[in-house]
Amino acid sequence: MAEIDRDKLLDVYTRTMKVNRTDEKFRALLMEGKVAVMYYCVRGQELVSAAAMAALDDDDYVVCTYRGQGEQTAKGIPLEKWWGECLGKETGTCKGKGGTMHITDPDTGIMVTTGVVGSGLPIANGLAMASQNNGDGKVTLVSFGDGAANIGGFHEAMNMAQLYKLPVVFLCQNNRYGEHTKYADHTDSPNIAARADGYGMKSLHVDGNDVNAVYPAMQEAVDHARAGKGPVLVEAMCYRMMGHFFGSDFSYMPKEHLEEMAAEDPLPKLRKVMLERQFTEEELDAIVDKIDAEIDAAVEHALAADLPSTDEIYKDVLEEVS
Amino acid sequence: MPESSNMITMTQALNLAIDEAMAEDDGVFCLGEDVSDKQGGGVFKVTAGLSEKYGEHRIRATPISETAIVGAAVGAALAGQRPICEIMLMNFVGVCMDQIVNHAAKLRYMSGGQTPCPMVLRTTTGVGVGFGGQHSDMLEAWFAHVAGIHVVTPSNAADARGLMRAAIDANDPVIFIENILCYGLQSEDPGPGYRVPLGKAAIAKEGSDISLITYGRTVLDALEVAGELDKEGISVEVVDLRTIAPYDEETVLASVNKTGRAITLHEAVRDFGTGAEIAANIQEKCWDKLKGPVRRIGGTFAAVPFATHLEQAWIPQKSDLVDQIKASVGKA
Repeated sequence: MAEIDRDKLLDVYTRTMKVNRTDEKFRALLMEGKVAVMYYCVRGQELVSAAAMAALDDDDYVVCTYRGQGEQTAKGIPLEKWWGECLGKETGTCKGKGGTMHITDPDTGIMVTTGVVGSGLPIANGLAMASQNNGDGKVTLVSFGDGAANIGGFHEAMNMAQLYKLPVVFLCQNNRYGEHTKYADHTDSPNIAARADGYGMKSLHVDGNDVNAVYPAMQEAVDHARAGKGPVLVEAMCYRMMGHFFGSDFSYMPKEHLEEMAAEDPLPKLRKVMLERQFTEEELDAIVDKIDAEIDAAVEHALAADLPSTDEIYKDVLEEVS
Repeated sequence: MPESSNMITMTQALNLAIDEAMAEDDGVFCLGEDVSDKQGGGVFKVTAGLSEKYGEHRIRATPISETAIVGAAVGAALAGQRPICEIMLMNFVGVCMDQIVNHAAKLRYMSGGQTPCPMVLRTTTGVGVGFGGQHSDMLEAWFAHVAGIHVVTPSNAADARGLMRAAIDANDPVIFIENILCYGLQSEDPGPGYRVPLGKAAIAKEGSDISLITYGRTVLDALEVAGELDKEGISVEVVDLRTIAPYDEETVLASVNKTGRAITLHEAVRDFGTGAEIAANIQEKCWDKLKGPVRRIGGTFAAVPFATHLEQAWIPQKSDLVDQIKASVGKA
């Protein structure tokens, strides 16, 4: 397989670190007690999200889940708006009415963040159907976990997408856990990707911790969908290195599993690839420093921002028709 | 068939409204089970002829996948199109409630107004056809209880044409309920472009002694009973809500303030029905004008039974309506 273009590799690295530093910052704020909100950690899955977003065009559509920080920040939601929403401020993407589980930013293509496991797939089909109807050439990518592969909507959506050859990429981030239940306790089939065969759909099963595997796979899937060849199911193997949500007990994760995860951590592996491709330590650190500065500024902005007016509870229920 | 060239059935009215909306706006398309002409143009022929006219991309026959159907409508709506999806029978909404309630209804609100969801969900139902417990229910109360959705049902062909155009125009989800027993009803064709605004009730018959607040098929019962009682000197005003939620409170309250008495009537089961909400609101806001308690009439609190005589006994009875009106006005 051809090497990833050097600029694109840097792009994937930058997006990955943006996701990671956002995650680290969020956990730090929660630990310090500066913020008290629901947050679903993405530690261990940063690269998958970053590679997927790097394979899309800016105006492509994305549907993600409550564990969607990776897609959201890697797609490019302005950080001030992202943090504003997570902190429930009027400066947030949704004026504080969506929150961490419902970030929406059509300007960057983040069309839906659903809090319901598996509900994004049928909606992604609709976005892709609109693109097929109006010929705008957009691809829709929907991200979900292994747990979502067992809900009815997954199967209905997969069949319909293939039937109509919709330009949609189904990205299963197999992080080995559905909520608090490990993969082997919720699914007996060896992987999710093989389910695509049942619908006549193309699938790819890749190591989500290896940029040289996951980025080319995402690009192949996006290109396939954009060319009108139909949907693709990509299963990216990764690890959710923390509990289901911040603060939740994850002592149920066995020691061997934690050791396996640590060995497969995508961040050191990505750094190694970057160094092999002649990026310097200084360059890579400078990127992280710049991201940290942007995040710090965004957090300060969000902390200082006003709360939404109480009147907001009555607004946006239905269109106001005079 | 219509009696004259100016008369249309409710089926034709709906078809005409969808047809003209599709002709005017390329973003309007239909999806649902059996909706294409290859399958006969819908189980009740509402979309007949449209796939031949507009192509299979705009009249998409779908697999039997209610969650995928409604989800696709939601997604297409978010992308700026105006999908009309069909859930063949209203009971099947049980399969896809998540997409309707958690997504279609809430995406405008949860996004702070960024992602409105302009879609129509057509569905059909009705008691009295012998379809039994899983194909007959009126479930409008389920949706009336959720903020972010319009719930609409026509009682005549002209309103069907106008309400469907308004529903397609609306920038929010509309649950459009068609009663199977009403498809053959005829009206004078109101003509192209006709719209009945959402949220506006109609006074189907004026009266002065009591307000009968209803919608859908039971408007016919209400009008029949009101006509009979006129002969006995009881003047019944029939309010046809047309939009069940959010309903036209102004028209309802004005009617009750005028008559001082009210009965709510619907085919759906009485218990926890929309009539209970409307009755409670009337008691709160018209208390000074009320001459007696607001009464509620609805279907029996049981699944719809199959055997014809049981099914007929399940339905709100016209004789009960007469009795309750007479009891309300003190002429029992």
